[in-house]
Amino acid sequence: MLSLFAAEGGEFHPPSIFEFYPEIVAFEGTPFAINRIMMIRLIVMVVLIVLFWLWTNKFNKAVKTGNVVPGRFQLLGEMALNFVRKTIAHDQLGEKDGERFLPLLTTIFFMVFGMNITGIIPFANIAGTSVIGIPLVLAAAAYVTFIYAGVKKHGVKFFKNSLFPSGVPPAFYILVTPIELLSTFILRPVTLALRLLMNMIAGHLLLVLCFSATQFFFFQAEGLMSLFGAGTLLFGFAFTLFEILVSVLQAYVFTLLTTVYIQLALADEH
Amino acid sequence: MISRILAATAPEGGEAPNPLLPADYDILWSSVVFVVLLVFFWFKVLPGFKKMLDERAKAIEGRLAEAEAAQRAAEERTNQVEAEQAQLRAESSSIREEARAEGAAILAELKQQASKDAERMAEVTKSTLIAERDSAANALQNEIGALAIELASRIVGEKLADDKVANKVVDQFIAELESKKA
Repeated sequence: MLSLFAAEGGEFHPPSIFEFYPEIVAFEGTPFAINRIMMIRLIVMVVLIVLFWLWTNKFNKAVKTGNVVPGRFQLLGEMALNFVRKTIAHDQLGEKDGERFLPLLTTIFFMVFGMNITGIIPFANIAGTSVIGIPLVLAAAAYVTFIYAGVKKHGVKFFKNSLFPSGVPPAFYILVTPIELLSTFILRPVTLALRLLMNMIAGHLLLVLCFSATQFFFFQAEGLMSLFGAGTLLFGFAFTLFEILVSVLQAYVFTLLTTVYIQLALADEH
Repeated sequence: MISRILAATAPEGGEAPNPLLPADYDILWSSVVFVVLLVFFWFKVLPGFKKMLDERAKAIEGRLAEAEAAQRAAEERTNQVEAEQAQLRAESSSIREEARAEGAAILAELKQQASKDAERMAEVTKSTLIAERDSAANALQNEIGALAIELASRIVGEKLADDKVANKVVDQFIAELESKKA
């Protein structure tokens, strides 16, 4: 289909993987190199800090004045933080362990959401998570955390419980142990990282495809072909809405899976 | 499938970078952002948030306790008032009772006093009467004696006169008496 349109005027540029490797604008050749996507990440970080700083100030003010009735802005922050705290952490881990791992879970949720949503924000138009760095770092953090949680609670027995689940006849360990090793210690972090990365890459490519096709149909195609542009614009609009959903959903899924892995590591029986 | 998508999207001629292999700057900036946000949430946002929630829970509990205390105080006051009323009622009835008893006692005393007075008065009257009667009797006796002497001396003086004379003297005497009486 792409080649069909490409052949038409020879002007249509389909999206490519180079979308995710924009020009380096500073510190080229060093580990501090900055391109558009790195800049977007830093801007998202600053926006998150400013937003939550304002909310924290509201909380502190409420404590100081003894005012227990939150305003609209404060309530929004409470709802956001309570979503991770109650719906994810407390529900899966219980109150005590939920509070222990809350900093990591909160960071993962808001960082993933903040980086995802730039995919549909005008002038950014690409997700900070659409390059593997963030998915990889967050998956590594989740990986380290659930292993830490298991070892802290069960010691070396954590690995024994994970690899040699009780209630299985010893002969079956030949089969079960490699599967458990693969699924618990290799596939978990890999799937965490890749699920997020691929969702964001695919979302971005879809949007680019829709809008560059619209551009092509409206300004380069001749005659009735330009009518197709209305269709691709509509699709682009629909996928933009869909990307908002995906942004929230991926943040939720990443955080929830991290919580579930921690919960499984803390569980007494595997 | 992923590699096929990537291959399809790669421009001809250019060597497509593998999106699964991170560049060093990519890892670096991702880690920086992650660490900064983790520290920020861990030490700034969440402690403030938790403190606010604790304060709110405490404030709500405090208000509930306050309301409970107020209700308990009101109940206590009601009980107290009721007890006071009961006490007052008992006191007033005892006072009435006492007053009635006292009234009866006063009445009895007055009656006794009155009867005593009446007795004493009767006695006084009686003794006065006796004294008057005695004095009257004395006076009468004296008079009768004098009269008897007078009568006897007259009778003796008219010894020569007959019965006619004697009768005449007696009649005269009686008439004299009567006129005296009158």
